[in-house]
Amino acid sequence: MITHFRWLTVLFLLTSATTSLVGQSSKSVTSATPSAVDFVKDIQPIFAERCYKCHGPTKQKSDLRWDFKESGLRGGKSGAAIQPGKASSSLLIQLVSGEGELVMPNDGTRLSPAQVALLKAWIDQGAKWPDGLDPKGIDPREHWAFKRAAVPAIPKVKDSKWVKNPIDNFILARLEKEHLAPSPSAKKRTLLRRASLDLTGLPPTRSEIEAFLSDDKSDAFNRVVERLLASPHYGEKWGRQWLDVARYADSNGFEKDATRSIWPYRDWVIAAFNKDLPYDQFLVEQIAGDLLPNPTLEQKVATGYLRNSMLNEEGGVEPEQFRVEGLIDRMDALGKGVLGLTLNCAQCHNHKYDPISQKEYYQFLAFLNNDNEPIIEVPTLTQKSKRSQILNDIRALEDELLMKHPELTEKMEGWVKTNQSTKGNWIVLDPQTWFGANGVKFEKLEDHSLLATGDRSGETAYSMTAPVSLQSVTGFRVELLTDGTLPFGGPGRSANGNVVLTEFKVSVVAGSDGKTNDLVLTNATADFSQKDFPVAKAIDGDVKTGWGLDAGPGQNQDRHAVFQPVGEVSAGEGTLMTFNLIQKFGNQNVIGRYRISVTADSKPEADPLPAKIRRIVDLSPRDWSEDEKRTVFSFYRTTLHEFEDTNKKCADLLKEWPVGTPSLVLAAKPTGRTTHLFKRGDFRKPGDVVEANVPAFLPPLEGNSPRNRLTLAKWIASPVNPTTARVMVNRVWQSYFGNGIVMTSEDFGTQGERPTHPELLDWLATSFVQHDWKLKDLHRLITQSATYQQDSIVTKEIEETDPYNRLLAHGPRFRVSAEEIRDIALASSGLLSQKIGGPSVYPPIPDGVLSLGYGAPMKWETSVGEDRYRRGMYTFWKRSVPYPSLSIFDAPNADQSCARRLRSNTPLQALTTLNDLVFVEAAQALALRIFKEGGKDDPERLSYGFELCAGRKPDATESAKLLEFLQKQKDYFEDRTASAVKVSVADPTKIPEDVNLHKVAAWAMVSRILLNMDETITKE
Amino acid sequence: MNYHKELEAEARKIITRRYFFKECGLGLGAMGLANLLSGNQAFGEVVSSSNPLTPRKPHFAPRAKRVIYLFQAGAPSQLDLFDYKPELLKFDGKPVPAEVVKGQKYAFIKPDAALFASKFKFEKHGQSGAEISEVLPHLAKVVDDIALVKSMTTDAFNHAPAQIFMNTGSQQFGRPSMGAWTTYGLGSESQDLPGFVVLSSAGGTSGGAGNWGCGFLPTVFQGVPFRRNGDPILALSNPAGVSREMQRQSLDLLREINEHHLALTGDPEIATRINSFEMAYRMQTSAPELMDLGQESKETLTMYGAEPGKASFANNCLLARRLVERGVRFVQLFHEAWDHHSDVTGGVKNQAKATDQASAALIQDLKQRGLLEDTLVIWGGEFGRTPMVETNAEVGRSMGRDHHPQAFTMWMAGGGIKKGITLGATDDLGFHIVKDRVHVHDLHATILQLLGFDHTKLTYKFQGRDFRLTDVEGDPVSALLA
Repeated sequence: MITHFRWLTVLFLLTSATTSLVGQSSKSVTSATPSAVDFVKDIQPIFAERCYKCHGPTKQKSDLRWDFKESGLRGGKSGAAIQPGKASSSLLIQLVSGEGELVMPNDGTRLSPAQVALLKAWIDQGAKWPDGLDPKGIDPREHWAFKRAAVPAIPKVKDSKWVKNPIDNFILARLEKEHLAPSPSAKKRTLLRRASLDLTGLPPTRSEIEAFLSDDKSDAFNRVVERLLASPHYGEKWGRQWLDVARYADSNGFEKDATRSIWPYRDWVIAAFNKDLPYDQFLVEQIAGDLLPNPTLEQKVATGYLRNSMLNEEGGVEPEQFRVEGLIDRMDALGKGVLGLTLNCAQCHNHKYDPISQKEYYQFLAFLNNDNEPIIEVPTLTQKSKRSQILNDIRALEDELLMKHPELTEKMEGWVKTNQSTKGNWIVLDPQTWFGANGVKFEKLEDHSLLATGDRSGETAYSMTAPVSLQSVTGFRVELLTDGTLPFGGPGRSANGNVVLTEFKVSVVAGSDGKTNDLVLTNATADFSQKDFPVAKAIDGDVKTGWGLDAGPGQNQDRHAVFQPVGEVSAGEGTLMTFNLIQKFGNQNVIGRYRISVTADSKPEADPLPAKIRRIVDLSPRDWSEDEKRTVFSFYRTTLHEFEDTNKKCADLLKEWPVGTPSLVLAAKPTGRTTHLFKRGDFRKPGDVVEANVPAFLPPLEGNSPRNRLTLAKWIASPVNPTTARVMVNRVWQSYFGNGIVMTSEDFGTQGERPTHPELLDWLATSFVQHDWKLKDLHRLITQSATYQQDSIVTKEIEETDPYNRLLAHGPRFRVSAEEIRDIALASSGLLSQKIGGPSVYPPIPDGVLSLGYGAPMKWETSVGEDRYRRGMYTFWKRSVPYPSLSIFDAPNADQSCARRLRSNTPLQALTTLNDLVFVEAAQALALRIFKEGGKDDPERLSYGFELCAGRKPDATESAKLLEFLQKQKDYFEDRTASAVKVSVADPTKIPEDVNLHKVAAWAMVSRILLNMDETITKE
Repeated sequence: MNYHKELEAEARKIITRRYFFKECGLGLGAMGLANLLSGNQAFGEVVSSSNPLTPRKPHFAPRAKRVIYLFQAGAPSQLDLFDYKPELLKFDGKPVPAEVVKGQKYAFIKPDAALFASKFKFEKHGQSGAEISEVLPHLAKVVDDIALVKSMTTDAFNHAPAQIFMNTGSQQFGRPSMGAWTTYGLGSESQDLPGFVVLSSAGGTSGGAGNWGCGFLPTVFQGVPFRRNGDPILALSNPAGVSREMQRQSLDLLREINEHHLALTGDPEIATRINSFEMAYRMQTSAPELMDLGQESKETLTMYGAEPGKASFANNCLLARRLVERGVRFVQLFHEAWDHHSDVTGGVKNQAKATDQASAALIQDLKQRGLLEDTLVIWGGEFGRTPMVETNAEVGRSMGRDHHPQAFTMWMAGGGIKKGITLGATDDLGFHIVKDRVHVHDLHATILQLLGFDHTKLTYKFQGRDFRLTDVEGDPVSALLA
């Protein structure tokens, strides 16, 4: 590990140890000047002997290395070390000659005077450094993946008849080199099931099988692919794979692991795949959708990609620590999932293998460090139109009112004038100390408000102490303020931004002994109080009641209340007051942001105008826009009791305002944060300030582009970026063939595996970009190749030479993903819901599983109706207690980005598909389906059921064995009605009347076998 | 030790069908649990082993062959259990001196909170004279068999990250847990139970499933939580109406169908799947048998305070012994009940009552069965608690203690641990360590050392880097080694 100080700092620190040597030779530097200096003979050996140790192959202190021409001439962190032609002003000479306090080398032994003289002469003679001396194969910047892919030549092959498209040239060329032959084409049934699973994650239906089998046209398979690409399930299959990379989950992680609502992002991903949003655009919207010109709501939702990081809301956390951890997680996700770089290896020190310095890591992080992390409300299309309708209706009512009462316009002007004086004279207090009970932490903002962060789950009390310089205080104002970081903008921290202030207390800190005098408060007023939560309840001494702000959907805005002290309160220079805001309502109804002001006005009351109206009223009415005018009018009319009827109609309309779904997004802060390098990666140890930039070994940013997320996004999603396209096509390849062309799909760096077919990778990547980053074109290409269409039978020869099928002498054969195992069981049995998107669902979960999570077990209300049988990807994903039957089949935990899943094969998996309730229900439903629809006799029924599961009919051996088993089961259940009922139906109160349950039970036993066959859960 | 090469060689050997038939035949009943995993080609080399849980030899002769870790989640108060501070009595109720808490951050309290002396009496016990609180009368009887470490320290001061740190050596989720590393390194001696079993009493843990996760290691090394009620392992029971005999018949047929398909496709992964089903079948018998505490003598049950059928820490301690007897490599008990922000006195008393007898009984029981020699028992939480009081009337907290990562106490026994010693010490107020600091990384290095590993060499390559339990730090604590 290289500890990271600036070069000169290191020198400085070491100076004291070497002072005895300094000055020793300062005179001898001027010794005889050598004639023509030869770099190879005279200079390189000095570098090698005395400099490489710290500035060479293993270490590059100060980002400087003397074994490479480019680096040596460029210099390190302290700038250029060499000024060709000017030895005297070259830093290198100053350091080695001991002219200054700092000396190099710093190991205690100085260069000899002759060596120094050689270096001086070499520089004075122009620092000639011949080309071609750089060590070969060592400079990581030369690594293949860091160079832009060129379109490779398509190799010639002997067996050109086998080739269907260029993919096959690359694959076959390699096979021919290894003296291997490709496999024959897969059977039509196999191919159909393979393509259906690959493109939609679902097995083909019987009618789809039939249609394909009877289609003899040469393009039959291509049309199957087109049908599958057009299926809405395509977006589910490929969206789910992206969600691994995006570490999507429905909970925050860590101890509290509270539910989060970010499924609109999940649905955005599905929709993006379905409409074939070009991958470059797909990335830009996820990384910086909010920064695009006039971003749509969907583009904002897309930034949920970055928000999928875990969030620690445990009591007593330091929120900044976990905000930073979130950034580090985003770096990791971009690295592993998008760039194929192990960026996070440079979090604590320079990357040991790839050319990413620790400074560059934080420069990259600086792009991501300037945001708020809000939760926005996402209405559906229907909700959006309903909203416009409500607004139009209100507008119409108001127009009608104005038509009938033209005098209102003038009256309102008068009202405005009167109200220009109602706001009072308030002095905002500057908090000196503050504290939040139950682990709440605060950030003090420039307007002297305190923004709450950290735990929000429990009861709390905020205390704040501030100096009060007014001589006499007649009132206290509490402002509860909205903020971009709060749910729906706040001002509270509950899911809809509400808050309940249960008690407000003020005490004066008297004298230096810290004793306090509690004030008695009275005459509470507020610009708004929620029904049954009047502001007076905030000073009634009862912590069970309080002031509430919920004004209904869409009404989140700044609010304020004013309280008067009883009796005279004198203050002035040196007076401190402590304010206690007690919040015991629970359910996260706690203050998000607040500030407190004092006044000396006589009998102060709350400004009746809400802050957003006040802001307009304070402007000259002449300057109002039409919208502002209307906003003021909408408020003004509510103050006029004679129009109660209209007001009530409008209020009733607003009650219908549909509330959208919350979703986590990113939003740029008006002013960004300063980013520091964190020494050893520790956020408590900020080092140098860094400016946003991309690593030097990758292409630079375009000219004057602003250093923001959008620039970063465009740079990542650019054809000049050498890894972006390669990483994506590689992961697509991985999905089809089980392994990427680069097996380490998350690491294209020097420690990653070399590609098995480098030219193919580059050909795919360049062709992907040429096709406007359209994934569906890539799918067409792959599925139409002979390589893809091979049979997956493993021959003895291949088994021995290529056990992992890296050379693809046969088609892929491997177990499907966790979600697809569920989907196949439900699809085969006819239970599967086809519904796309929407809130995550709660299929049955075994008892006791949720109690492994912290605290009271989460309420898992098992979904009813079709939501019980949704595709696996819609299962609510709780990070601390992942859904067992998915987790057991290697679904990633979503704690961090996952670019490739493991595929294990364990007894717990066997138990799951044999005995888990979901699979038991599937077997029962399949049995009923077979029994009812399967045909006239048992062989037909068996064939029907087998085909539903495996996509083919059973052969004679399989049929014989299964039918024999069926007969045995029939015999068994014949006189065992109770067992037959248990085995055949999930709910004994709903026994189907029209079937023979003894027989269905026998079929349920057979169905269980069918669903557990290796072939059923395998893509062949 | 890096098993990549070894596992890969093994995989290549076994992956061919002929090898499968030759070595294992089709009498699959004879094949061990070891054959339970060989994930297709995922991660290429490692997962594709036929036998990742085969018992393996570590780097050098181990002192401990198995581990029972009694994880006291929530962080027990060392000041009320082990770390006796008479000085605190003098300062009880007074603000802590500013110089002591300079620069320290706390989760819930202000750093100038008053000091708070333990309400419990402490006495010296055994020949070793270890000082222990009156609430641990049973442990007091076995102090000569254990080593107390009063100088533990950690980096994290919130529960979830601290638990994850204690269990995985990293505060970030997604790294393999200690049990996963151990089974990765040693495999398991059990033929029909998972190699790493997790039991829990009291609440769920702050760290959640990450506490026993396998991180980037193959899933087979992940801890398997045994449930307290119903099936110990998820989906262990057959569906209603399906008898064991019917299950056997079904699996026989399933095996025949799968073998038939194996012969056609030649994919050795099918052979592994067949083995998985056979292993699952055996688990269906072995796990309920294991859980049946009714097989234990009355004396044993009384010693632990265990009651068959009841979910408790005592039952879990007894189950832990039964698990290691059956060859399970790593058993971890989680007792999430020690987070005493309020009424630490009452809380510690209750939890001591719930855990003390069984913890001590486990030591005695292992000892009398000759298992303590090579079974490492570890007791401890994720951090300690403050010498200052936590009180906040507004949220109903009083006389509690806040999180204290600077210093806390753990104990260990058996498996090569020096008996009857107390290592390390804190200052007079119990604030900072003044002697023999043991960091979490050092603890991990020590545990691996006892298991026969050089902790710097038990690695797994992931994302271009050799990862290890101890990250880039840690030294075995030689003073703890017998």
